[in-house]
Amino acid sequence: MMTDIITSLFLLLGSFLMLLAGIGIIRMPDLLTRMHATSKAGALGAGLMACGFAVYFPEASLVVRALAVVVFVIMTAPVAAHVLARAGYFVGIKLWEGTVKDVIKERYDLKTHQLGSSARKRDD
Amino acid sequence: MFELALTLSFVFLSLGLVLATIRLLIGPTLPDRVVALEVIASLTIGFILLYSVAYDTPVLIDVVIVLALTSFMAAVGFARYLEQGGQRDDD
Repeated sequence: MMTDIITSLFLLLGSFLMLLAGIGIIRMPDLLTRMHATSKAGALGAGLMACGFAVYFPEASLVVRALAVVVFVIMTAPVAAHVLARAGYFVGIKLWEGTVKDVIKERYDLKTHQLGSSARKRDD
Repeated sequence: MFELALTLSFVFLSLGLVLATIRLLIGPTLPDRVVALEVIASLTIGFILLYSVAYDTPVLIDVVIVLALTSFMAAVGFARYLEQGGQRDDD
């Protein structure tokens, strides 16, 4: 009985976060804000649902595998989001027209992909 | 009560899948579509976990592990492809 309540809480919270990721990806104006909505909500949603699975099936082998899924998702989601955002920036996506300041534009060398610590002169 | 929670979770995940698929279809640039694909992969992970709880088939956790690994590899591979000069614009 208690297990059912905890499992349904985990599953409802996780699936609601994933629904938020879906709403964010359809609602946000440009790539970086879309990733802001999806990468966090998606990773935490998958982690919470794996926790619900671990609560519902309390056998050692299944719990260990569910925790492995949680650790893997939490470790890889930021890496994947970073790599995708970086690639999208270099491809030259349009930023939202309400963007106030693009700090990376002053400091990144788009040819050598090197990040400087201060604003650098551009020859273009 | 438990059945209601499971049904509600299925409804949430289905709505999220529909929205992510819309973004996959209309997304203006290729990185948008890759992000939508990644969201779809994590939604599928949630679907499989929810299915294995709802229909009492715990062996499906292995599928979840493989799917999480594959989606990460796909994201990194796509990013490498974009950055090393693939097709920049798909319109």
